[in-house]
Amino acid sequence: MNKKSLYSNEAKWGIILALPAILGFLIWTLGPMIASFVLGFTDWNVVSTPHFIGIGNFRRMLVEDFIFKKSIYATIYYSVGSVIASIIFAFLVAFLLNQKVKGLPLFRTIFYLPSITPAIASAMLWIWLFNPDFGLLNQILQRFGLPRLLWIYDEKQVIPSLIFMSIWGMGGMMVIFLAGLQGVPQELYEAVEIDGGNWWHRFRYVTIPMMTPTIFFNLVMAIIGSFQVFTSAYIMTSGGPNYASMFYVYYIYLSAFRYGQMGYACALAIILFIIILSFTLVVFKSSPYWVYYESARRR
Amino acid sequence: MALSKSLSIKLGKTITYIILALGSIVFMLPFIWLLRSSFMELGQIFILPPEWIPRPFRWQNYPEALTAAPFLTYFLNTLKILIFNESGVVLTSIICAYSFARLRWPGRDLIFAILLTSLMLPYAVTLIPTFILWKMLGALNTFIPLTVPAWFGGGMFNIFLLRQFFLTIPYELDEAAYMDGASPLKVLWSVVVPLSKPAIITVAIFNFIGVWNDLLGPIIYLSDPGKYTLAIGLSVFRSMYTAQWHYLMAASVVVLAPVILIFFIGQRYFIQGIALTGLKG
Repeated sequence: MNKKSLYSNEAKWGIILALPAILGFLIWTLGPMIASFVLGFTDWNVVSTPHFIGIGNFRRMLVEDFIFKKSIYATIYYSVGSVIASIIFAFLVAFLLNQKVKGLPLFRTIFYLPSITPAIASAMLWIWLFNPDFGLLNQILQRFGLPRLLWIYDEKQVIPSLIFMSIWGMGGMMVIFLAGLQGVPQELYEAVEIDGGNWWHRFRYVTIPMMTPTIFFNLVMAIIGSFQVFTSAYIMTSGGPNYASMFYVYYIYLSAFRYGQMGYACALAIILFIIILSFTLVVFKSSPYWVYYESARRR
Repeated sequence: MALSKSLSIKLGKTITYIILALGSIVFMLPFIWLLRSSFMELGQIFILPPEWIPRPFRWQNYPEALTAAPFLTYFLNTLKILIFNESGVVLTSIICAYSFARLRWPGRDLIFAILLTSLMLPYAVTLIPTFILWKMLGALNTFIPLTVPAWFGGGMFNIFLLRQFFLTIPYELDEAAYMDGASPLKVLWSVVVPLSKPAIITVAIFNFIGVWNDLLGPIIYLSDPGKYTLAIGLSVFRSMYTAQWHYLMAASVVVLAPVILIFFIGQRYFIQGIALTGLKG
């Protein structure tokens, strides 16, 4: 009897204590999300009353708005480039750090610190590094006899430059990879060794398969994050040159808070939602083909 | 054969160290460039090829940059937001995570799964209606939009992280406390929280960094320069002192330093905590 009363009390407390999160979800996630979907079909521009205009906003994107197309292109280009480059670099560094190196905490800190640098501070720093006349990067290129680049000041170079900069911030992923690597059972490596395998076999047939769940996690988070890049466009390039770095969230920001086109900005946000959702769905759907789960094997 | 094997291991180790050392230098270079620029005279910054040692060593760049714009005000504003936001996030995420991890109530796991979907939602989707909501409530140009939502669970990411950690604590400990007549809150406070310090510190540090680095929120909600945070302050400062790299870099160092300080203070727990987010993902 005592136990039973404890349980009913438990349910009461459980709901009360979970209430902040549930209310928060309703007020700051679900409600605004529905509102966005409704407003996306209106022409609301803050001062006027909103009118329902059907798919007008979406037609405008596809037919009239060339910045929208540039923005989609710039964002996908950046996202794909930075996700692939950061994952490869983060994995490589984590793999090397996992070779029982001395001074691991020091190395880990060095590779991790850039990722917690305030976006505004790193943006300022990188503008200065990218400076075509006095920046460090061109000085290094020149030292090696390579041609100087215009970096973020050139339409073609701006996205590769920002991808390059994003590699510098891969530390969060690296730490997650490192933890994953440390969790790979030692016996598996020993088994390969007994079978006469070398380091490549260990890497290819133990490390990579055992790490696929971690790679999967980092991939999904990196896709979601990279599609929402804002600060570098806001601070460093203002979306230029010639809209080549008009990142999508920055364009939403401009539409809503500079031009006051709230309805149109909501429609843009809906498209962003659909794009991110489809990218993550593709990754999720592909996961049975390449992500290895211990529990699936046991079953 | 044994000899060649030990030789190849040594060779592998050496190559590993060389790559790591080179990589570390490359990753540190931007910071070194930042620091050296922040202590230089403007003239020396533009000398080609670049010099690395500031001569003379101009530490005055710091007080000069910091008084050129009201950085003290920006700092105090950031601090206020931080205190109200951080306390909300830590308190309510602990409470909610505890409910989802250790209390049994009908529909719990389903609701948790639904709430988790918000992690996948781009913030741009909720940005505009949320802004409109605050506008209707007359809360624009106050710290309310930047602090009050933190009191509603503190974000699913934090709840998720804490829940993962709480799940690892043996349930027998709770039961023993219940036998002694403790209430769920008492169990949370005296059993779960003391055992979860690493995870709680991780959440606190993550959130500190998030609030400190946030730019979009303050840009949208704060319009009066007297309310600016350090992040907007720095971006405004940049537009005022475009080519004054010594001042810009000094101001950037000041904005960066607290984050690095916090990282070093909490590092021991923090690295564990980040690993936790990925492992059970």
